[in-house]
Amino acid sequence: MSKIIEGLKYSESHEWVKVEGSVAVIGVSDFAQKEMGDITYVDLPDVDDEVTAGEEFGALESVKASSDLIAPVSGTVVAVNGDLEDAPEKVNEDAFGSWIIKVEMSDPSELDNLLDAAAYRALIGE
Amino acid sequence: MSSIQNDTELRKTCLYDRHVMLQAKMSPFAGFLMPIQYSSITVEHNAVRQHAGVFDVSHMGEIFVEGPEAEAFVNHIFTNEIRGFEPGKVLYGMMCYPDGGVVDDLLVYRESIPGHFLLVVNAANIDKDFAWIREQVRQNPLTGKPFDCRVRNESTEWGQLAVQGPEAEKVVVDVLRLPEAAALGFYTFYDTEYHGKRLVVSRTGYTGEDGFELYTAPEGIVELWDRLMAAGIQPCGLGCRDTLRFEAGLPLYGDELSEDISPVVAGLGMFCKYDKDFIGKEALLAQKAGEVAKKLVGIEIADKAIPRAGYPVETIEGEEVGVVTTGYHSITLDKSICFALVDKDCGALDTPLQVRIRKKVFPGKVVKKRFYQTNYKK
Repeated sequence: MSKIIEGLKYSESHEWVKVEGSVAVIGVSDFAQKEMGDITYVDLPDVDDEVTAGEEFGALESVKASSDLIAPVSGTVVAVNGDLEDAPEKVNEDAFGSWIIKVEMSDPSELDNLLDAAAYRALIGE
Repeated sequence: MSSIQNDTELRKTCLYDRHVMLQAKMSPFAGFLMPIQYSSITVEHNAVRQHAGVFDVSHMGEIFVEGPEAEAFVNHIFTNEIRGFEPGKVLYGMMCYPDGGVVDDLLVYRESIPGHFLLVVNAANIDKDFAWIREQVRQNPLTGKPFDCRVRNESTEWGQLAVQGPEAEKVVVDVLRLPEAAALGFYTFYDTEYHGKRLVVSRTGYTGEDGFELYTAPEGIVELWDRLMAAGIQPCGLGCRDTLRFEAGLPLYGDELSEDISPVVAGLGMFCKYDKDFIGKEALLAQKAGEVAKKLVGIEIADKAIPRAGYPVETIEGEEVGVVTTGYHSITLDKSICFALVDKDCGALDTPLQVRIRKKVFPGKVVKKRFYQTNYKK
């Protein structure tokens, strides 16, 4: 059974969002990392890139497949987790401890479109 | 992840229940529901490179050709030369269409009974291959009559295991108690019995390591599998079968060989023997003489980004010259490498080429397709 953390927001494409004031900290869920298998590469955006809710901002690569990362909210990238470039396996080891980007939100009301922990658990059927 | 086929239409191998019990990740492949991985592709890949692993490859096809003209017939449809090749030997090659496109790549086993051959073909191509073979057997171009031989598709009556890795010999001898296997050279086989059924033990594989492929009836395969599991041998899925064969520079039908990718384009001309006649020979000779626009190459890129099948390959100036056919971040070599089909004039070693991966381009260069130094038994 996959780990799900209460109090976070989740997208249907399996990203999690932790809200810190006007900044959204974004990663992928434990369910997503299990589905992907061994993650070997994280394709990160650059700081100051604009991201749009529902659109791709990067990618995770496992041995077998590539999976787009979809922005759960819109805004400006204010930080990227460069540690993942050298140690992408950290996403497998601790999906919730391995944030990928931080976004200064342009429209925090977009958070209302995301799932809470209970709804996300229902989505993945666990 | 989506799949076009419904799971209920998919075939299962004799080991399906074992895979489910081991909680393998199952996925459709070549019309079969097959294990992709049991624990992790990396763990399974490394087990084969460093120790030993076992694959269920019961989906592969077994076609038998027998009769007075079996040798002449197989030599007519097969690119490699089987005359003068002794009983107990295995030969790799292709069946081609008259235009040089590939029907399938396969292994031919010459059995100890004169005029008996076993053809081992790709699972995805069993029906197509058997139809092709039955059509060709009807007409001997030398006599205008059918070849005097019978062809039988026994694919559903056989299971197959591949035990691969530097410790494969020890595993097959000690765990499966097949001591004669130790004496086999690479690409040879012997026949024995297991519970009253024929067991073929062949020193072949698709990983770049030493190893064995074992063919017998499904009940025997399940027993052999259980013995390997009881001995703690790593079960390996099709995920690492692909990463292993790719590192060793081995083609996969559909990706590096196809109706559109001939052995000449794929750089497999050494498995085509032009001092005999076979279907497709004239077209392949013309391709060899220069009538071919594309070439299959290896490309290494200087980044951890992964060049996947379908991604465009460009010159450093940005002109598109080809496409990736298979690519990985190599587990053994820790490099991002791929096979790509490119314009012939871009195919020389060390030619700078770049791969477009999503929005970015990654510079690289042409390298040898055999990325990994294989460790076959001499």
